[in-house]
Amino acid sequence: MPLSLNQLAPAAIAVIHALNVGQDLRRRMSGLGLRPGARVQVIRTSPLNGPMQIRVGHTDLILRRAEAARIEVAAAG
Amino acid sequence: MKRIALLGMPNTGKSTLFNRLTGAGARIGNWPGITVDLLSAKVLLGDSLVEVVDLPGIYNLHGFSEDELVVRRFLEAQPVNFLAVVLNASQLDRQLALPLQLKGLGIPMLVLLNMADEARHLGIRVDTAHLEQVLGAPVRLVSAKYGTGIEAVRQELAGLLHAHPKLQRIDTRAFAEDDQIERELDALVSRSVHAPVLIPPSATDRLDRLLLHPWLGLPLFFGIMFGVFQTVYSLGAPLQDGMGWLLGHLKEAWIEPAAAGLPTGLRSFLMDGLYDGVGTVLTFLPIIAVFFVVMAVVEDSGYLARAAFLVDALMSRLGLDGRAFVMQLMGFGCNVPAILGTRIMRSPSLRRLTMLMIPLSLCSARLQVFLFIITAVFAPRAAAVALFSLYLMSFALAFLTAFLWRGRFAGSEPLLLELPPYRMPTFRFLVLEGWRATLQFLRGASGFIVLGVVLVWFLTHYPFDAAPAGPDTLAGRMADFMAPVFSPLGLDSLLAIALLFGFVAKEVVIGALAVIYGAGGGELASLLAGRLDWVQAYSFLLFTLIYTPCLATLSTIRQESKSWPFTLLALAWPLALAWVASFAFYQGARALGF
Ligand SMILES: Nc1nc2c(ncn2[C@@H]2O[C@H](COP(=O)(O)OP(=O)(O)O)[C@@H](O)[C@H]2O)c(=O)[nH]1
Repeated sequence: MPLSLNQLAPAAIAVIHALNVGQDLRRRMSGLGLRPGARVQVIRTSPLNGPMQIRVGHTDLILRRAEAARIEVAAAG
Repeated sequence: MKRIALLGMPNTGKSTLFNRLTGAGARIGNWPGITVDLLSAKVLLGDSLVEVVDLPGIYNLHGFSEDELVVRRFLEAQPVNFLAVVLNASQLDRQLALPLQLKGLGIPMLVLLNMADEARHLGIRVDTAHLEQVLGAPVRLVSAKYGTGIEAVRQELAGLLHAHPKLQRIDTRAFAEDDQIERELDALVSRSVHAPVLIPPSATDRLDRLLLHPWLGLPLFFGIMFGVFQTVYSLGAPLQDGMGWLLGHLKEAWIEPAAAGLPTGLRSFLMDGLYDGVGTVLTFLPIIAVFFVVMAVVEDSGYLARAAFLVDALMSRLGLDGRAFVMQLMGFGCNVPAILGTRIMRSPSLRRLTMLMIPLSLCSARLQVFLFIITAVFAPRAAAVALFSLYLMSFALAFLTAFLWRGRFAGSEPLLLELPPYRMPTFRFLVLEGWRATLQFLRGASGFIVLGVVLVWFLTHYPFDAAPAGPDTLAGRMADFMAPVFSPLGLDSLLAIALLFGFVAKEVVIGALAVIYGAGGGELASLLAGRLDWVQAYSFLLFTLIYTPCLATLSTIRQESKSWPFTLLALAWPLALAWVASFAFYQGARALGF
């Protein structure tokens, strides 16, 4: 079953499979390091369904869960 | 003239580097075909004078965000000698994508790996020789913030100008092809960037555990905002008073004697119109300068992105993001710097929605008016409740505004922000930043302010034989004409004239009332108490809270939005809202028998 980034709990690590977003957002995401094959770690999530903080390489990012739901991932060690 | 374009992703320290290279001589300028202003400066490098242009930060050469379009338009239209590409040395795993894309433009490059200090701290080593070979461009490590490596960069730039003395156009075909550079990027990163596998938990992580704590985060955020607020006003308010005192003294000691020989009308125009009007607005300047310095600390420290994280859950439901809320809070001090602060938002529509909301923040100028009238009219126990309710109204109406207009301005831009490590700003940076921002405010807003001041003076003094601000002046006649509009709010024409003055700056309202009633201070207070019951007074307060932003705010909105229609909306919307709110309150209270 495909997993999406918003389903991961803090401290989970996963590998990005696909970005189900429009071309423009995809470009911005990949500029920030979010691209297929990249390892992401969830650092924390904010209460009341607020945004989540993730780490890709040496970059920390915040994004809303709506966008995270469109990032397909596979769990990794 | 020779030209170098500075290019890079956002948050790489590009502006810091630009300031290092160019000193204080930077100017904002228009370029053909580009809607936003670009910063550029002329610098002497070696023996040639060069124009260095700071392009907006971009994530991708092929994207369609406003910044990316600006960069492409600029490169299409303006030939350059070469490009200086700024990268964050500690994030090369993703940032090397940009120079790989830029290689296709067929223009010489210089690649600057900035934040070398942070990269070294993280244990990241970079094989610059390999990078140079693959990118076909010289690669230099620098630290713009601390100035290390800058001299070498300057020499390198001078050398490159010798090697490429001709302005060149880029190969625009490169824009069309969206290259698949990912494999190339992976190969390049694994060959040239050596990073420890495990990043040790940093000071930033530890601090974040506290500041972004699920339950402590928000209270700490409000505590920090309160601290910022206190700093700005405990430093700014005495400076503001000092400025007012200075201007008053100058007027008495120099300007009044000098103007004594002039005809009465001209003298009144110069003194009561221009000097007092512009002077009133000028007294904002110290607060604005202090605000910029404090905001620079908050922004530079990396906390702003954290604030966005903390309040986004609430703000996203209003079509805004967390950064808008920070600026709204700042607006409670003074709306002007808060409007300028919206520059941190990239999406123009999000900025506009925020700019529509900020003027509803109960600023310190309005607070002065409220305190005076509330103390005059309300009983001590009711006074605190009245003031508190005005603060509540301010929040409620700002959120209502955002809610109603979010469809029109809603940013399609999803929140996707980098969370930089915490950084200590340098003193040098703070001074430069405060100075630069203040000058920029003056340059942009002064023309509009003079215009508005002259207009209000004219309305309240023409015809010149009538008593200033009296019923026979244009303003008085306008107030009579508008009486059907104001009387349902319980406001008479004298109060309406005072509101006209308040357009210049809200704190002028009390001064205007003093002129209109011919009484000042305590006398004015008891006069008001006699003439207004609490329902009328509160209706007046509500109107003052909401109606048109002051001249300084409006001119800033004009300057920042670069749109007259939007400025007009920012003027008309609160006016309409003010009328409706006062009407509903006044008629409602009267209907209930108060
Ligand atoms: N540690 C470190 N921080 C830097 C350096 N250069 C810039 N910064 C900081 O990085 C942040 C972003 O810088 P700025 O010039 O605004 O980046 P821009 O968005 O690329 O223009 C600021 O907090 C700077 O103080 C550097 O060489 N070392």
